[in-house]
Amino acid sequence: MVALTDEERRMLDGEQGAAVMKAMELLVRYADALGAENFVYTNNVAGVPGSSPQWIKDYYKEDGGDYRAVFSRFDLDSDEVVDVPRMNATSCHLQGGMDPLLWRDQGMSEEGFANFSYDEEQTAAHGIQVLKTCTPYLAGNVPVMGEHCAWMESSAVVFANSVIGARTNCEGRESTSSAMLANRIPNWGFHLDDFRKGQHSVRVDVPVQDIFDWGMLGYFIGGAVEDAIPVIEGAVSNPSLIRHKHFGAAAASSGGVEMYHMVGITPEAPNAETAFGGARRGEHFVYDADARRRVYEKLNSVGQNAAVDYVMLGCPHYSAEQIAYAAHLLEGRAVSPNAELWIFTSRAVKATAEASGHADILRKAGAKLMTDTCSAISRAVPEGTRVAALDSAKQVHYLPAMMGIEGWYGTTADCIDAACTGRWEGRLN
Amino acid sequence: MAAIVDTKPDLVLHGRKVVGGVVEGEALVTKDTISGWGGVDPMSGTIIESHHELRGKSFAGKVLIFPGAKGSSGWSVTFHTAKLAGCAPLALIFNIMTTKAALGAVVMRVPSMNEFDRDPTDCVETGDWVRVDADAGTLSVWKKQR
Repeated sequence: MVALTDEERRMLDGEQGAAVMKAMELLVRYADALGAENFVYTNNVAGVPGSSPQWIKDYYKEDGGDYRAVFSRFDLDSDEVVDVPRMNATSCHLQGGMDPLLWRDQGMSEEGFANFSYDEEQTAAHGIQVLKTCTPYLAGNVPVMGEHCAWMESSAVVFANSVIGARTNCEGRESTSSAMLANRIPNWGFHLDDFRKGQHSVRVDVPVQDIFDWGMLGYFIGGAVEDAIPVIEGAVSNPSLIRHKHFGAAAASSGGVEMYHMVGITPEAPNAETAFGGARRGEHFVYDADARRRVYEKLNSVGQNAAVDYVMLGCPHYSAEQIAYAAHLLEGRAVSPNAELWIFTSRAVKATAEASGHADILRKAGAKLMTDTCSAISRAVPEGTRVAALDSAKQVHYLPAMMGIEGWYGTTADCIDAACTGRWEGRLN
Repeated sequence: MAAIVDTKPDLVLHGRKVVGGVVEGEALVTKDTISGWGGVDPMSGTIIESHHELRGKSFAGKVLIFPGAKGSSGWSVTFHTAKLAGCAPLALIFNIMTTKAALGAVVMRVPSMNEFDRDPTDCVETGDWVRVDADAGTLSVWKKQR
């Protein structure tokens, strides 16, 4: 069984209240399932605490059918309902189910919005920051190197581990909600030095410079290494936040990559030797022009019809820089009457886009700038959507399969052109 | 589904307890890793991921034998929701430990095991009858073609 400190034992004994006790009970069961030896202290927790659709609340009707019931019975997996205090750890809420203003455009009902508003009031009342984004690191929660975090959201986890050098596993809802109360998470996996060493090597032989190519390389690598840690060397250049964001999201979707090393680029990989850290080197993969073409074809295998009626940008949520670029491409043009253009971001970044005039340019062109969610999370696409165009390998991996629609993958410029003409003209250059 | 308790199993694998408990049932086996959120419809327990070997099949009431979990951090929520919908698997049997699979097993409260002496995805087939005794660390298998 996981070893406990005196303080952790007292938490289990109920000294800090029933909710913390139930949180520790869940964390002990989880640590034992993993085989963790002990816990690590964390004060940076990102999850989706307490939020639930109405049917989950109805499921717990006998327990009160409210936030308290859902948090106790679902989040803490407790047999009893307990009073839920303000969270003890610095905590934030990741993406949610709808835009707080444009929910009608997303096809949500009055009842659905009332349920969403109730959950959000409860989130704030429990001391949880309402970031409502899959990119907390773009909305005010930027961990530092070596910081032990407990984060959900695979694209944020891979960013935190690889680009920042923070330490988090890909946590789930129940473990993050518990960590918010207990300030603890099992000291397993990416919290430990040995677990962070590279396992397979990838050599990049074709230039990978812009975000479109970084996304395809990520998708290739996830498919190649699955959930292992790749060490990437070669012709990757122009690293930037948004390129890492798309690369990691793609690798986490096609495989399950939670950490990668890019030699000379990411902080735990000054050279290949350090990245592997003496670990045995596994398989070797090569990304060349042929591999690039195969990835492009795979991402576009769910696209047949060139008549695009929906363009979705913002997976993971767009940065201020990406919104500015979309506004630049759209300025003086208009979204086709046969298509819709929805761009997703966080509330924090939207405020910047409003102040900078970019949101206004998007609105004038007929695009909608939305926050909190995305089409895959909310299962919301414009009514009658048959063919979507996307600039995210992650979104094209998920959305067409979930919604039974076609999907195209291309550059942001390809997607904006499709939004304005209603035609897909993207191709691999 | 009558329990087979009086015949000798064709095969007994030894592994590590992830979540304790004992259960018997029919095996559903795949060589493909499983995505939770976006890969499973929790309301029916059906695998929906494109190109997945088990696409269209439900794990509800089956002993799910698979290499490991992948994909979104919503893995545990998806399987937890499947439990609420009455569509949880009877047990989870897997090779690769991840936070996703561990947490999913914990919140579904189903017997679960990993780290076997032989790869269960090699020596158990869909339709075989299995007995998972996570407390004793054994997976007993009765082959279906007997």
